[in-house]
Amino acid sequence: MLEHLELFFKSIFIDNMVFAVFLGMCSYLAVSKKVATAVGLGAAVIFVLAVTVPLNWLLDQYLLQPGALSWLGEEYASYDLSFLSFILFIATIATMVQLVEIVVEKFSPSLYNSLGIFLPLIAVNCAILGGSLFMQAREIPSLGLAFNYGLSSGIGWFLAILAIAAIREKIRYSAVPAPRRGLGITFIITGLMGIGFQSFGGMLTGDNEPPTVTEEVVEAVEMEPIKEDTKDPKETEESTEVIAGID
Amino acid sequence: MPLLSKKESKLILDPLADNNPITIQVLGICSALAITAELKASVVMAVSVLFVLGMGNVVISLMRNIIPSKIRIIVQLVVVATLVIVVDQTLKAFAYELSKTLSVFVGLIITNCIIMGRFEAFALGNGPWRSFLDGIGNALGYGVILIIVRFFRELLGSGTLFGIPVLGDPIAKTGLYAFGYENNGFMIIPPAALIVVGILIWIQRAKNPSLVEEA
Repeated sequence: MLEHLELFFKSIFIDNMVFAVFLGMCSYLAVSKKVATAVGLGAAVIFVLAVTVPLNWLLDQYLLQPGALSWLGEEYASYDLSFLSFILFIATIATMVQLVEIVVEKFSPSLYNSLGIFLPLIAVNCAILGGSLFMQAREIPSLGLAFNYGLSSGIGWFLAILAIAAIREKIRYSAVPAPRRGLGITFIITGLMGIGFQSFGGMLTGDNEPPTVTEEVVEAVEMEPIKEDTKDPKETEESTEVIAGID
Repeated sequence: MPLLSKKESKLILDPLADNNPITIQVLGICSALAITAELKASVVMAVSVLFVLGMGNVVISLMRNIIPSKIRIIVQLVVVATLVIVVDQTLKAFAYELSKTLSVFVGLIITNCIIMGRFEAFALGNGPWRSFLDGIGNALGYGVILIIVRFFRELLGSGTLFGIPVLGDPIAKTGLYAFGYENNGFMIIPPAALIVVGILIWIQRAKNPSLVEEA
């Protein structure tokens, strides 16, 4: 139970898909102009991640890993199909996305219209494939935890796109210098939010362990210890929530 | 007769600046941000994308008349995934350490939006040679941003370039550090990449007002 809780909060806040590993940035930037659309896409991402990560966990466990085929019999135990994982993972994801598209089109045509081109593009949202690949790289031990990981990563992505969409709705009334309008300022805000989210790094690690924020990120950075004086993160968080609340 | 006609060299040169995949088309941001910490990794990533995008564009362009449009996304994914498996296995065989550093990001080339974006926008409507040039151009535009971002982050963050100290030794206080210069630790943390890209976009649009977005 404890490990479930830990993984849950870790994936939402510490290893946040957007702010810690920069996954799914394309749709994050493109669909965050309005809160309503962002919520729709965010929900779709949660659903697809929560389904595909456990599915891919099963594939990985019983098909792809070295020795995974031993349930077929002794002679298959030496097979290593792990080089096929990319193509199998992406096939699972593409199928699931097609399914979500059909369901959404049937039950919520308005959401379908507002998501437009981006629904099929969930298939090429790096957050989805990233979820499955991180699940494989981190060797998540059980199906339950894999589901948990997919769900919580999705929720983390959802929170991120909700926050940026709320901020972008408000920022329309601000006098942003012309060359920074739109994309430029969005990048900088995201960077600041990312710095804010870094402060969650100390949350689950206790006193002595170093923060694990970017453990798996390619950044071979000397981890800066989380400093006491990072006070803006909480402010950013609160103000984000307040803004979201107003909307 | 020159190797490339004017139109063809435009295909390669345009994505380097005015139609850059990252700062203008907003494609392929994810890996651009995550890979910019180490020069070796950025270069390998840029070369892998060059290979996948160049080859993929050719393959898709050759098949463009026989792919039913309803299933084109799946076909494109299969083509990219196959090429990425080739890249991944090659890296594992010849540069194992590097493939460990890149970890899942090699796999994420599959979902790099630049690739799908160029397939959709260019390769499905153009011949193989033009598509190849377009792929090379866009991959180079991607690589350029990767390297610029990393250059500033490494120079300002740790005072080195390609791992070689250029501003002096911060501990022995030589070079610039003798005058009280300090490394900016802020540049090392991952979110700084976002801010550097944001500033790049700002500079580019300030220089070329036609790129500024409508309010």
